[in-house]
Amino acid sequence: MTAVARLELDSVTKAFAREAVALRGITLAVGDGELLAVVGPSGCGKSTLLSIVAGLDAPDGGDVRIDGRSVAALSPRERDVAMVFQSYALYPHMTVRRNLAFPLEVAKVPRGEIEARVAEVSDLLDLRALLARRPGELSGGQRQRVAVGRALVRRPKLFLFDEPLSNLDAALRASVRAELKKLHQRLGATFVYVTHDQAEAMTLADRIAVLRDGRLEQVGTPREVYAAPATAFVARFIGSPQMSLVPPSVLGLPPRAAQVGLRPEDLALRRDEGAAALDARVWLVEPMGPETWVTVEREGAHLVARCGPEFDAPPGTRVRLAFDPARLHWFDAAGVRAPAPG
Amino acid sequence: MSARAAWTTAAAYLAFFLLPFGWLVLTSLWPDAELARALPSRLTLENYAAALRGGGLARAVANSLAVGTATTAVALALAAPAAFAVARLEFRGRGLLLGGALAISMFPPIATASPLYVGLRAVGLLDTLPGLVVPYTSFSLPLALWLLTSTFRALPGELYRAARVDGCTPFGAFRRVLLPLAAPGLATSALLVFAFAWNELLYAITFISTPARRTVPMALALFGGEFRDPFVVLAAASTLATVPVVLVAVVFQRRVVAGLTAGAVKG
Repeated sequence: MTAVARLELDSVTKAFAREAVALRGITLAVGDGELLAVVGPSGCGKSTLLSIVAGLDAPDGGDVRIDGRSVAALSPRERDVAMVFQSYALYPHMTVRRNLAFPLEVAKVPRGEIEARVAEVSDLLDLRALLARRPGELSGGQRQRVAVGRALVRRPKLFLFDEPLSNLDAALRASVRAELKKLHQRLGATFVYVTHDQAEAMTLADRIAVLRDGRLEQVGTPREVYAAPATAFVARFIGSPQMSLVPPSVLGLPPRAAQVGLRPEDLALRRDEGAAALDARVWLVEPMGPETWVTVEREGAHLVARCGPEFDAPPGTRVRLAFDPARLHWFDAAGVRAPAPG
Repeated sequence: MSARAAWTTAAAYLAFFLLPFGWLVLTSLWPDAELARALPSRLTLENYAAALRGGGLARAVANSLAVGTATTAVALALAAPAAFAVARLEFRGRGLLLGGALAISMFPPIATASPLYVGLRAVGLLDTLPGLVVPYTSFSLPLALWLLTSTFRALPGELYRAARVDGCTPFGAFRRVLLPLAAPGLATSALLVFAFAWNELLYAITFISTPARRTVPMALALFGGEFRDPFVVLAAASTLATVPVVLVAVVFQRRVVAGLTAGAVKG
């Protein structure tokens, strides 16, 4: 249904006079039907990046190429990209049918063709019953589907998503997320998906780009980024509950680097008196259902352990920490991943 | 505030504004011969017949409708794209444009009357209705520009961006998406511009000399010169002159309310 495009960003920079958001040299390639998630905290520049790809904002420096051709000087309409917005940005004065037809009407596609494509998209996204309604009469999930439909109907080379799930309630978010992933697999098109939610990025993406203060911290598959975070920032940002980052001395290790990190699933809590184990006190217990997150305190530092569902202990309970040293992540003073010692 | 107090306040408010108008309507139905009495013994439509006699008033209403409609159309056609540009596009001197418009609207009309007189005479528009539309438009533009700028600013920015990604040029996005959504602001602006043009007296009386080209305020102001002691007739004429503005207000008010409730961008 859709041509597959390759998107390349080459040293893209952008600064705003009055805002802190800026891009400080982004080089990135996405292509071949890939779903790239750009993830980072608010203000990291991820939405700006998307606007620059769409042609809504012009970069100060660098180049944007689609299929090898520079599009930096092209207006949005000449780029053949579609975008789904956070607020969905449906046109409130038009019915769902006209919202879907709008990009084709603007492109002066013949009427018969428009009707056929609107029908195709509304079948795909289950919008048939809603075609005569206006956006104001739709639920959040329905609006989201219309917004996706309006992007699909043009058969663009490249799809851009700007936090498309953040206006949905939690229950709906997981199911729409799964629908989007299926849709991507079905279309085989190239998606660039911006989100602040690392879980969304992990579950959807073929590759993740972690952005912080306008710089790329790491680009890799979800498994790579999780297993070997390139920086302490990525280590904390990806994964829930967060990786615990503490000075090595807290875990009784020699100070080979500034910080050492441990994923919650790599930390075990023991109640028995193991000889080699370190002791700590329970600080907070959060039952999650299938597992329990337990925060413990040792030498003023906090560490989180992923424990079994049955784990329960009042705060202050003495426990012992156990971990495999091979599972540790080492970071230097600048937060850059250091090679594991030994 | 209790419902009762609210109603009392509303009633007092309405009385304050409507009593003079009610008195005007009553006076217009008052027989001329009974003007000295505290209240008339009967009501009459004679005054209306007298006001309409000669066709001067009907002519003035037609003139004012033409001038008001043309002023409203031209002012909105100019102000809407300008307001969109100020609200949504980035260009140098945006603040200067808005500030300048505000400053211009502060000029006392009397100070501009003589230069405008000379200017209109130079271009041959003196003593013509288009010669009124031009200064009326320039005086109502700042108001329309400010009102519409805030209307366009209030529309979600993502709508404009979505229209651009969907293939619209900046002007196309304005015409197809933002303009229809700005209907309430357009209606409000149209109402205010029309009312200004309908009520304006100073320029009309300065620039227009041919009786057949008089506007309504002019016709009412000059009534005394044509009739003997026409107090009740003047009241009838004033009542007739008020009707079109009230009708326009009612029509546009409906549009304003309809426009306000049609939208809902996100819930």
